[in-house]
Amino acid sequence: MARSNSPDRGDRLFRWACLGFSLLILGLVAGLAGELAWNSRLAFRAFGLRFLGTQVWDPVAEQFGALPFIYGTLATSAIALVLAVPLGLGTAIFLAELAPPKLSETIGFLVELLAAIPSVIYGLIGVFVLVPLMRNLHLVPYGVGILTAGVVLAVMIVPFITTVSREVLLTVPRSQREAALALGATHWETVWRAILPYARSGLAGSVFLALARALGETMAVTMVIGNRPEVASIFQPGYTMAAVLANEFAEATSDLYLHSLVGIGLVLLGLTVLVNGAARIMLYKLARPVEIRG
Amino acid sequence: MTLAARHRMNWMALGMTGLCALVTVSILFFLLGYIAVHGISAVNWDFFTKLPKPVGETGGGMANAIVGTGKLLLLASVIGVPVGFFGGVYLAEIGHGKLAFAVRYATDVLNGVPSIVIGIFAYVLVVLPMKSFSALAGGVALGIMMIPIAVRSTEEFLKLVPASVREASYALGVSQWKTLFFVVVPAAMRGLLTGILLDLARVAGETAPLLFTALNNRVWDHGWKEPIASLPVMIFTYAISPYDDWHRQAWAAALVLMGLVLAVNAGARLFLPHRRAVV
Repeated sequence: MARSNSPDRGDRLFRWACLGFSLLILGLVAGLAGELAWNSRLAFRAFGLRFLGTQVWDPVAEQFGALPFIYGTLATSAIALVLAVPLGLGTAIFLAELAPPKLSETIGFLVELLAAIPSVIYGLIGVFVLVPLMRNLHLVPYGVGILTAGVVLAVMIVPFITTVSREVLLTVPRSQREAALALGATHWETVWRAILPYARSGLAGSVFLALARALGETMAVTMVIGNRPEVASIFQPGYTMAAVLANEFAEATSDLYLHSLVGIGLVLLGLTVLVNGAARIMLYKLARPVEIRG
Repeated sequence: MTLAARHRMNWMALGMTGLCALVTVSILFFLLGYIAVHGISAVNWDFFTKLPKPVGETGGGMANAIVGTGKLLLLASVIGVPVGFFGGVYLAEIGHGKLAFAVRYATDVLNGVPSIVIGIFAYVLVVLPMKSFSALAGGVALGIMMIPIAVRSTEEFLKLVPASVREASYALGVSQWKTLFFVVVPAAMRGLLTGILLDLARVAGETAPLLFTALNNRVWDHGWKEPIASLPVMIFTYAISPYDDWHRQAWAAALVLMGLVLAVNAGARLFLPHRRAVV
């Protein structure tokens, strides 16, 4: 604080207020991690690291293992990425490279609206449109399941991939593009050989950002995954970390049950912070910083 | 590859990207259309004015959930906006070096925390000590969720005000806080308000952090210490219920909630002075 020797008392108060609220934000993040660690201690004390590796989830017998939920979270997110990355990147390439500016702005705006739709509404559509569809196509016997949840997640993360990737592609310098075109490359060869490799770190960042969203996504997944704590095939019902928290947290009766659930929350927090951190490192590398949209 | 093959490849690949864009936009219009069709046939005057009926009876509405969402958002802004505003002012006007980096980093981390985990935090912070689910707990959860975007948008919009404006004020001997509140903030007002509105629209649809903080309520709530109904939680509860009439009301609630959220988003973006802003 270089300018803190100002004579004005109001200024000093003002700076202390700003500093105080900023420290509050730091404290909040530290408190969040601390509270979760403290309130999950019984679970880790009772089961140790086996908590993360066992499949039994039996509140009556007080046996808790987080593996089915970790598996469900990873499986649904992986399916979502497989579907959403080509679609999102394709759309981003179209918007950044092909579409005239007006069209690009309009579609970009519509894609952002897609991101603004609340999660629970995706879930509602999932329950009444996608679940019957999956059952009728004989893809998923019960309609609900890991695959169904993955598809809903894919739709939800496409906007993140598209919006951030478009911004990343727009940061590629003209000279990079013109050099490839001058060598006789077609438009697509320019995109494929000159632009995408140049932007790969940022594009990977956008995918990681979307992955972090998918890992933590709760409502839409809870409504279509079938809520069965088993490590099963993707065509069967499953469960995710976020979904078990949504369904069972309000009903956790014993301390160990509650601590096990908070423990799952802690694992989820750690995973998303890690993936988000990786995304940000990739995006910070860019010459012109890209705004990360909430 | 021959030249003709390369051109074919060119058109095919570029065509695929156009197809991707078409699919993405179609998904949006499908969602909007589907909700509009199902919602409009379900929404009626009772929906806005009546309480939910007991299980088994048809009819009734979600008046308490609509007011509940309003109350929760009010409480969330009382908590989230001051913290976000002063945090943003700190980053834009005062902080530099390691502490500013740490604050910015913490904001990013908080922005990435899954909403359900924020719910756990509010549960431990408010519900456990008070031994009851409450509107207060729900408001705290949503308030914490508002902070990162409030910080980011405040910082962004304050930085858009040119330094010369501040210097002109300093040159007249005006102190820093007066310059900020009477010169810089008025100049950035439009952006700041829009940022807060977008922030509110985002948390208005949050369901996960309310499930075990605000819980739900089928009658009117009183004060801040009782469980409270909200539109998103109602949609969730009604959607997974076995009753057709509840499904109908879930669509109505979805239409109202989505209309609100999209109107704010669309309005804000048409209204914003600079399109490349955060949020």
